[in-house]
Amino acid sequence: MWHLLPPLLDGMKTTLLVTLYSIAVALVLAFAAGFGRLSKSRTVRGVTLVYVEVFRGTSLLVQLFWMYFALPLLLDVRIPAMSAAVLALGLNYGAYGSEVVRSCVLAVPKGQTEAAIALNLTPRQRMRRIILPQAWRMMLPAFGNLQIELLKGTSLVYLITLSDVTFRGMVLRSSNMTETPAIFGWILILFFIVAFALTRLIRFFERRAAVGRG
Amino acid sequence: MIGQTETLRETEQPDVAPPAPERRRGPEEPETNVKEEIRPIVRYRGITKSFGSHQVLDRIDLDIRPGEKVALIGPSGSGKTTLARLLMTLEEPTSGTIEVDGEQLWHMERKGRLVPADEKHLHRVRGKIGMVFQHFNLFPHMNILRNVTEAMVLVQRMPKEEAEARALAMLERVGLQERTKHYPAQLSGGQKQRVAIARALVMQPNIMLFDEVTSALDPELVGEVLDVIKNVAAEGEMAMMLITHEMDFARDIADRVLFTDGGRIVEQGTPEQIFENPRSERLQSFLTRFRGRRADDAGTSAGSMTAAGRE
Repeated sequence: MWHLLPPLLDGMKTTLLVTLYSIAVALVLAFAAGFGRLSKSRTVRGVTLVYVEVFRGTSLLVQLFWMYFALPLLLDVRIPAMSAAVLALGLNYGAYGSEVVRSCVLAVPKGQTEAAIALNLTPRQRMRRIILPQAWRMMLPAFGNLQIELLKGTSLVYLITLSDVTFRGMVLRSSNMTETPAIFGWILILFFIVAFALTRLIRFFERRAAVGRG
Repeated sequence: MIGQTETLRETEQPDVAPPAPERRRGPEEPETNVKEEIRPIVRYRGITKSFGSHQVLDRIDLDIRPGEKVALIGPSGSGKTTLARLLMTLEEPTSGTIEVDGEQLWHMERKGRLVPADEKHLHRVRGKIGMVFQHFNLFPHMNILRNVTEAMVLVQRMPKEEAEARALAMLERVGLQERTKHYPAQLSGGQKQRVAIARALVMQPNIMLFDEVTSALDPELVGEVLDVIKNVAAEGEMAMMLITHEMDFARDIADRVLFTDGGRIVEQGTPEQIFENPRSERLQSFLTRFRGRRADDAGTSAGSMTAAGRE
């Protein structure tokens, strides 16, 4: 049973890389699109709305296929599988995350903005110093959920040729079917450990953001 | 206070007309003289505000002199709060103009024409105005000291050490020097409101707006906040606009009391005139209703209406 672990751990490296890069991309996109939805400009609002709805409303698997198989044909460029995976996962979860950003910014009480105006803070200072720190605290639990979903979403990337932990499991399984329960057992455990680590990470940020609250 | 009462009496006009001294000067006198005289710190002209089809303010004219303490009383929904919010640039007037220290607030000059102000212009003029809110609106993620220093550092570009020294001095004045490292959630309502007052005061505005600052407080905490405001008012140089339901407080502190109803200033005068000799029927019935209500729960709150007993 233990002999299964080294190849699976090797695949886990890819899974972790895809997860971390995708989280970074998704986080940037979530803030960019979240603020885009709140923009004064109709055009900016319109463009971000289309992005959010398209990527939320279509399947992640098809998005992966598009990035890796369809787009290269259309644009005549070759996107490495890793980049395609990070792009698809980042765009997909960034779209979900943007709704978290938007709703949490809107959920900060209006009196906070008004107090900031009364103290003559500039619009940028109001957002950066007053609204965002309070919105950030509300975003964290939802971000935690999305992070874990993204991690699990990476198990699709073997379909665009990446040898992640799921792929390695499939390969092991094809050489010895009888070990199937052990293989998938290990994979479950590995995902759980990473998910748990991500949860602890979010908890750390939540505690840090909870300063001053009972 | 007596002196100011005298001035007001001279300029006092029946009911609606604002008693601004400048308006009584003949038109033949040159503009420059007006500016050398005490120029109002705030001047509302023809201010109308509607929310959708609901008109909240109806062609308000109002001058406030530097250092003057003006109390606004009136039934809820009469437009008192909106009057202050327009000045704090929290709401935009539907029509009319507001001048702050001789400068247009909501408008600016572009190629000889008045156009709506941009954020840069608002930022410049707004620095002369401060406001304390009914619900305190302290920043919950910052400790008390930081609540008070933040704007000095960000807006006035003051070095942090200097800002902290000034904040500490101000917090001592409002009696909260022991609480600087606490967070707003750890304070009582009265303490929160005193921090909010300190936070607004350190910015040294020319006029400070107090929007029903004791309405959200437990009755036993009202007194400590009113005392702080009275203290600040006694220093004199800062003008104040006090929207309040505390009639005793208004009487004590105000140079002039305005009674608003239905989006108009219905009556104004010295506290004595307004409270002891109300002329308009609406003010009379407002005061009667008010006294009736206060008589019911007489003595329960720190700022309870004692005027009822004076008649």
